Amino acid sequence: MRIAVLSGKGGTGKTLVSVNLAAVAGTSTYIDCDVEEPNGHLFFKPEGISGKEISVKIPKVDNELCNGCRRCVDFCNFNTLAYIKDKLIVFDDVCHSCGGCILVCPEKALTEKERVIGKVQKGFSGEVMVWTGIMNTGEAMGIPIIKKLLVKKQREANRPTFIDCPPGSACIVMESIKDADYCILVAEPTLFGVHNLNMVYELVKLFNRPFGVVLNKCLEEENPAEKFCLEKGIKILGRIPFDKELGTINSNAEIIINKSEKYRELFSSLLKTVAKEVQCHETTTDS
Amino acid sequence: MKIAIPVDEKTLESNVCASFGRAPYFLIYDTEAKESVFIDNSAAASTGGAGIKAAQTIVDNQVNALLTPRCGQNAAEVIKSADIEIFKTTAASVKDNIAAFTDGKLSLLDEIHAGFHGHGGN
Repeated sequence: MRIAVLSGKGGTGKTLVSVNLAAVAGTSTYIDCDVEEPNGHLFFKPEGISGKEISVKIPKVDNELCNGCRRCVDFCNFNTLAYIKDKLIVFDDVCHSCGGCILVCPEKALTEKERVIGKVQKGFSGEVMVWTGIMNTGEAMGIPIIKKLLVKKQREANRPTFIDCPPGSACIVMESIKDADYCILVAEPTLFGVHNLNMVYELVKLFNRPFGVVLNKCLEEENPAEKFCLEKGIKILGRIPFDKELGTINSNAEIIINKSEKYRELFSSLLKTVAKEVQCHETTTDS
Repeated sequence: MKIAIPVDEKTLESNVCASFGRAPYFLIYDTEAKESVFIDNSAAASTGGAGIKAAQTIVDNQVNALLTPRCGQNAAEVIKSADIEIFKTTAASVKDNIAAFTDGKLSLLDEIHAGFHGHGGN
């Protein structure tokens, strides 16, 4: 069971939901795909950390071989290369690693070299296996790191896996949810929250992933996100109250289910609901 | 001397464009012959690296100086590699800047911004 937790913006509660679901599930895997600012590890405080650097391939030029034909300059959609004063210049951080410039070069003046963009780390927090993707500051593309985080062998068949996605609905989120069995959309009870919920709602529909919504920061008054779900016929998986106790524990980087019986019950019940939904969708897909 | 200026419209009455890399046109102006040529900036709608491609165009037009209100670091690297000097525009109008440049009243652009890479496009 592979569950992706996403939302249209940051700060809605993706990490709160995914960390606590993984913690309440016991033997599970938590994968932090929010590589720009991973924070799940702050709660899990994993031990026995091992890591691996992630690099991408970028072009390296041999100006002795370059004949100045500029095919590479014209080919690159991202304008990584410039030809100035009989010399080819490569802008490493603009490159999207497609390898096209190397293919079009008739003189074999371009070859590949590795450029490190970040790393993945693995550790354990009790029974929870914690994976964290970290992108180096200044880098623009986190997808190669996410690809590494989500390779199949890390799924560990029988362990439920919780993927803490980056915020928004851009390609980095698409990469994070594309192999998920189920998506949990976390939403805030504001009009702005509805706008952001709609972004991820459209995304999961486009990817044809089964999904449901967790309403976070719920108040007594009317909840526009709830209204949106009812109008669209979206399954509401659970509600988390706007609660000072929860906020305090969370901002002290404590896992709420370990500190409050009330929340252990809430997340345990949420996990059961999600598991049931996943099973239900699997049956529908199989038949 | 040949100078290049990013412009909003293809006329000498135009204003200087606030962006270098994504300016719609460039004016290539010959200060001796007082001749002006307007060229399209093929980098204006680039997916990325607009500054680099725009700078390549400027270099390929063999100008001696670029007059612009601002310039990102990648574009500046290309321009400087070609030994082209970058001057900071002071007025909105193209004509006023050409006049100021001819009178030696423009100073070199010393603030090169880090660029807007990855912002707004994804």
